[in-house]
Amino acid sequence: MERVPIQLTVNGQPYQAEVEPRMLLVHFIRDVLNLTGTHIGCDTTSCGACTVLWDGRPVKSCTVFAVQADGGEIQTVEGLERDGQLHPVQEGFWEEHGLQCGFCTPGMIMTAVALLQENPDPSEEEIRKAIAGNLCRCTGYVNIVKAIQYAARKMRETAPATAGIAGGE
Amino acid sequence: MIPGPFSYRRAASIEEAIALLQQYGGEAKVLSGGQSLIPMMKFRLAEPAVIVDINRVPGLDAIEERNGILAIGGLVREVALERSPLIRQRYPIIADTAEVIADPLVRNLATIGGNLAHGDPANDHPATMLALRAEVVARGPGGERTIPIDDFFVDTFTTALGPDEILTEIRVPAPPPRSGGAYVKFERKVGDYAVAAAAVFLVLDEAGKIAGAGIGLTNVYYKPLRAAEAENALLGQVPSGELFRAAAELAAKAADPTTDLRGPAEYKRAVARTMTFRALEAALSRAQAAS
Repeated sequence: MERVPIQLTVNGQPYQAEVEPRMLLVHFIRDVLNLTGTHIGCDTTSCGACTVLWDGRPVKSCTVFAVQADGGEIQTVEGLERDGQLHPVQEGFWEEHGLQCGFCTPGMIMTAVALLQENPDPSEEEIRKAIAGNLCRCTGYVNIVKAIQYAARKMRETAPATAGIAGGE
Repeated sequence: MIPGPFSYRRAASIEEAIALLQQYGGEAKVLSGGQSLIPMMKFRLAEPAVIVDINRVPGLDAIEERNGILAIGGLVREVALERSPLIRQRYPIIADTAEVIADPLVRNLATIGGNLAHGDPANDHPATMLALRAEVVARGPGGERTIPIDDFFVDTFTTALGPDEILTEIRVPAPPPRSGGAYVKFERKVGDYAVAAAAVFLVLDEAGKIAGAGIGLTNVYYKPLRAAEAENALLGQVPSGELFRAAAELAAKAADPTTDLRGPAEYKRAVARTMTFRALEAALSRAQAAS
């Protein structure tokens, strides 16, 4: 079986591994690195539960081969908290009850983090458009939007010190 | 779901990618954005022995106007089309199209070249490129050739690309004065393929009559469909609601949708008619606003 050496930075930490080309990035993250915060939902490129940031862009990690990301930088939900302090987006989901079952939450949060990096003051419409690839079956999205608005306010107040994603250095 | 095993080859140049395709013949598939190919591989609908990853091939990601054409590199991501000021200002029909493809996460990776080369009649760019009378540039072992868009879509999931050819560029004629286009899609929910969608490009003469018309339809035929009769019915005419209703009717007649989970065939035909009418109106208002 062909195995390919890859080097990845995940949440600021470098990793080396040999993987089968067919290994999906989400399986590498969950099964090789044991970072199980990234969820597998639909497994059919629909739900966005597996969203991670690949070189800063939110992508569905169930639809990327790990070998493709060789040399790249991956951010997962585990990389957001810093010294026991939740990332403002995490804090927003906590404060605004932006989750019920929580299954979509890690992907939703990663998409929101990427949105706020690009657009620190998004309108409600811009938020709703940005999370269109992340499905939530519990909340009806109302509190998710509020959570992202909370994070946007908080990040603008405390910018620039905590505005970036933690673990990105 | 786990795809079948394959060998992975990452091409550093277009020449290397073509050489790899030649070496492996029909056993290899080109990986660009992967947002259609990887799901197909997970379902084992595609089991290529070799994947040739072209994502790091330089020079395929430009969006630029030169010599009276818009040239879009095959590796241009949908997100880049959505955000390009050139596309938004001069080719809004392409921005219309890119921003309704799948969802933002998919669009961060999906490419226009893949969208066309996949040959899926449910994909959105084909109808728009039919309306715009685009050309596709293919590179193979013998060099480069240009394929008119009308010759490009051969059958469902089948294009005119040879097994050792790569779609490197899409060329769209620069918009003439008094022209405009629009893409209007009806989807059950964000991220779904179209129930039906229509792309319309109109050119007006100085008197305001229709001097040129392109109409492409999505997901209502075994391949991307040009509504040629509807186009012809518009030529030389003064735009009006009545004219557009008649043209939309002709477009719907050309459609031959299949009954599936997105609805019965007759419903889809009706949606195609409505989408064509709306795209005609939107294209007209853009053409009238353009000087």
